[in-house]
Amino acid sequence: MAKPVPEINAGSMADIAFLLLIFFLVTTSMDVDKGIQRRLPPMPDESQQVEAEQINKRNIMVVLINSNDRLFAGGHEMHITMLKDKVKEFLTNPANLPNLPEKRERDIEGFGPVMVSRAVVSLQNDRGTSYNAYIQVQNELVKAFNEVRDEFAMLHFGKKYNFLEEDQQRIVREAVPMNLSEREPREVKTRRRR
Amino acid sequence: MAKFKTKRDKSLKPISTASLPDVVFMLLFFFMISVSFRQVERVVTVRLPEATEIAKLDRKDLASHINIGSPIPAFQAQYGTDSRIQLNDTFSTIDDIRDFIAASRESMSEADRPLMTVNLKVDENVRMGIVTDVKQELRRCSALKIMYSTRKKTEHSGF
Repeated sequence: MAKPVPEINAGSMADIAFLLLIFFLVTTSMDVDKGIQRRLPPMPDESQQVEAEQINKRNIMVVLINSNDRLFAGGHEMHITMLKDKVKEFLTNPANLPNLPEKRERDIEGFGPVMVSRAVVSLQNDRGTSYNAYIQVQNELVKAFNEVRDEFAMLHFGKKYNFLEEDQQRIVREAVPMNLSEREPREVKTRRRR
Repeated sequence: MAKFKTKRDKSLKPISTASLPDVVFMLLFFFMISVSFRQVERVVTVRLPEATEIAKLDRKDLASHINIGSPIPAFQAQYGTDSRIQLNDTFSTIDDIRDFIAASRESMSEADRPLMTVNLKVDENVRMGIVTDVKQELRRCSALKIMYSTRKKTEHSGF
């Protein structure tokens, strides 16, 4: 009687397959789409007379990126790292300075009267601005708004904006409106005002 | 003790684990097949800029993608290296965006149409001129929800 062929030990086969499985699970990037979400303003009707909303000069801050990716905010050239604090100061106007935006009392449903700033940040860019610079500035502006919202939420609800209930988020959104306007693009001449 | 052990060994065969690899391989194949690879082939190179204030796209099925960047090397002889717009998997111009948006609206259900997001995947070296043209065209098509696709910022970067 012939000796039976010894069975090959397949116990480690499972380990190898598991290793492969885990390798694939880790290396396949699920390619999650993420980014900065914005809403474009609707196109004004051509038949309709465009009435430019008069905004008081103190309430508007022009953030301009020129074709050399140089940043100007509120009339001064500045580095991108300074932009966020500058915008935050502009939005909150902590000392109620006359040259920073005015605040108007507004009654928010379910919360009460709040002093809401009328600040508008106007982002302008040139056709030659690089997309990277534009996104960096856009990012800093969104960050400034988010931080002001977080501060408001911390003060009144003791939590950051993202952790609030739906209704509280609405209150914060109304108290700190995101007035970020993107001017119709135009050629920005490299002209000096002075 | 020894006597007891031998008795046990004879009566109880080890459980065969030979089918375990098959099960695991099945799992492996399932994952390999179900992972969706990129549906459209890119004809432009896109290196996304970095940002920190990012949000995830909540409804992936309601997004239509517009890629803008320099053509991949295989097409550079034909199209040059200037930034171009890619819709679906072909090079397009600004005028094609209207049809593209209309087509992607058409494929959605009535209720989902207002939620449509246009995902702008733009290379970081692209000039803003072409991007603003696209944005203006989107405004004209009233596709107002847009997302600037970015990567999560890693340490030490700026511009």
